[in-house]
Amino acid sequence: MATSASASLSKAVKQQYMELPQGDKVQAMYIWIDGTGEGLRCKTRTLDSEPKSIEELPEWNFDGSSTYQAEGSNSDMYLVPSAMFRDPFRKDPNKLVLCEVLKYNRKPAETNLRITCHKMMQMVADQHPWFGMEQEYTILGTDGHPFGWPSNGFPGPQGPYYCGVGADKAYGRDIVEAHYRACLYAGVNICGTNAEVMPAQWEFQVGPCEGIDMGDHLWVARFILHRVCEDFGVVASFDPKPIPGNWNGAGCHTNFSTKEMREDGGLKAIEDSIEKLSKRHDYHIRAYDPKGGLDNARRLTGRHETSNIHEFSAGVANRGASIRIPRNVGQEKRGYFEDRRPSANCDPYGVTEALIRTCLLNEEGDEPTDY
Amino acid sequence: MASLSVSSRLNKAVRQQYMSLPQGQKCQVTYIWIDGTGEGLRNKTRTLDMEPRSIDDIPEWNFDGSSTSQAEGSNSDMYLVPVHMFRDPFTLDPNKLVLCEVLKYNRLPAETNHRNSCKDVMEKIKEHSLWFGMEQEYTLLGIDGCPFSWPTNGFPAPQGPYYCGVGADHAYGRDVVECHYKACLYAGVKIYGTNAEVMPSQWEFQVGPCEGIEMGDHLWVARFLLHRVCEDFGIVATLDPKPIKGNWNGAGCHTNISTKQMREEGGLQHIEKAIERLSKKHKEHIRMYDPRGGEDNVRRLTGLHETSSIDDFSAGVANRGASIRIPREVGKDGRGYFEDRRPAANCDPYAVTKAIAQTCLLDPEEVSLKN
Repeated sequence: MATSASASLSKAVKQQYMELPQGDKVQAMYIWIDGTGEGLRCKTRTLDSEPKSIEELPEWNFDGSSTYQAEGSNSDMYLVPSAMFRDPFRKDPNKLVLCEVLKYNRKPAETNLRITCHKMMQMVADQHPWFGMEQEYTILGTDGHPFGWPSNGFPGPQGPYYCGVGADKAYGRDIVEAHYRACLYAGVNICGTNAEVMPAQWEFQVGPCEGIDMGDHLWVARFILHRVCEDFGVVASFDPKPIPGNWNGAGCHTNFSTKEMREDGGLKAIEDSIEKLSKRHDYHIRAYDPKGGLDNARRLTGRHETSNIHEFSAGVANRGASIRIPRNVGQEKRGYFEDRRPSANCDPYGVTEALIRTCLLNEEGDEPTDY
Repeated sequence: MASLSVSSRLNKAVRQQYMSLPQGQKCQVTYIWIDGTGEGLRNKTRTLDMEPRSIDDIPEWNFDGSSTSQAEGSNSDMYLVPVHMFRDPFTLDPNKLVLCEVLKYNRLPAETNHRNSCKDVMEKIKEHSLWFGMEQEYTLLGIDGCPFSWPTNGFPAPQGPYYCGVGADHAYGRDVVECHYKACLYAGVKIYGTNAEVMPSQWEFQVGPCEGIEMGDHLWVARFLLHRVCEDFGIVATLDPKPIKGNWNGAGCHTNISTKQMREEGGLQHIEKAIERLSKKHKEHIRMYDPRGGEDNVRRLTGLHETSSIDDFSAGVANRGASIRIPREVGKDGRGYFEDRRPAANCDPYAVTKAIAQTCLLDPEEVSLKN
């Protein structure tokens, strides 16, 4: 059976308990990124009343030696609430709270990329940087094989699946529908979904988000996806190349614009940015997956609508390039551009920060500047 | 499914029809008590003519102790003395759950009634405003006795990704946790939080802060709710301190402790004094920290898997390998609380809290810790 044992527990029984009133008490689920830079962890605490804003949420701590983040002898790490959302699983007044992680000495944890990203975003706030990220993912059964694929086998070749409909084309739409609704309820800025080229592969887009919001909303959207899949008894994978061979990988195409780019004649600013990006390809590749480029090496082959990892390229309406300028943007001479390099398992804080540093702070060279 | 009970597959819609029948003025009161094993819970229900306003409205009762390992058949009546009332999250308002003390035929406390003597000690040290928080770990099993959702005849991937994890490949049985949490909130049990634990299918909830005798009352009822919720789902919660041998975590009941003095300015010295006293009574405490005088904990306290060794007493700031851990924040602030990591998951909280109160707060002459 491809679905987990948990998924066969009675949901009618669960419903009866979940409907129990809880008085004034509020459950706050604290969410954080673990030591892998791609895994999410969570735990819950009871509050005496509904928090109206993030400021009302207390700091917490956890055992970093169990999340690849600390040694057992010195394992306390801090959780600092950063963004609050409604909880689509436990519903109002309960909350999901995205947190930053600090080490025992209050310095940011290794995989806490939010802190620097936030700083960069504040430095360029007057340029109103907007982002939209296209999160691709693959649904797997608990056996690790893509959901709906025949065991020990493969479906028909790619072609009919992208935006497809029908049980022979769309595998696992329930997850997509549930995730979309959960994101809307939670307050995550989800702007769309579609079935992807590989069967059992899907995409949702989050944005437009300004500044630090992009990372916050995408991480919470990912958490919601994992929780929804858990409820159905399947697994969401952000691996950038889950099946080797003639099967698409999964990316996180990142759309970017500033106020200037969005206004009349903005195409010039777009082209300037692309010029700067062309000189810093290696730095960006390192920032675009949690393994400094090793994950993306399996995906960015130059085939399957990717650019080659070793070369930088840009072009209007070109899906084989590193950067694509949408055709209508080329025509209207203003808008945004799309960086197609980030991997599905990238850290959106790392990606958006890199774009800001190169395009707006005019950094050059292989290393980020220390401000 | 092989691992779910037959009962769980009874039609819940049918049940719901009956459960929504009005009951007039009558009130169902379920009496709960600890049996002769010192870890098992029993319950039976009676009808009262109207809703009890307080514990004083609930009459004493009795039961057949020869069927609960508590008495001989020839003289088996034992008394149930109501001590703490909660709302009933299963049959709902106005019905009640009532935790009871057990007395023998001669009105003396039953062997496993540790509440009686615990209450006496808590009375004596009342002025210290002694607070507790207990972290109850437990493992979910199928009715086949294997951890819930583990592969038949095999093991999941090694520990690492499960602690506070999310996703069907990391979190096994979250429905139980969610429902138990709501049930506790409804009942009025002081549930503080929950998290997934290091071993897959292992979870934790925390109860507290509770003052004095309240700690045992709330934790025992929380345990009853857990067993009832699991029963509804058709699986089993075990408090065995080492359910799976080898490189899999055990289950404890870490106990957090503070007095008014410890919580105030300069409290750290009182914490250190308490730890000093505890260091001299290690063997005595170990005997009180599981229902078998330490024999259960021997399997768990190995010095590995974030435990201290059962033979040695140790203490340290943020050290999860020590008997006593002082949280980092407390070390920094110079006040707060400390954590005794030795109690086993199946400990009796009355025995644990009584031992701690005696050792830390009573003069040695007043104390004689029984075996």
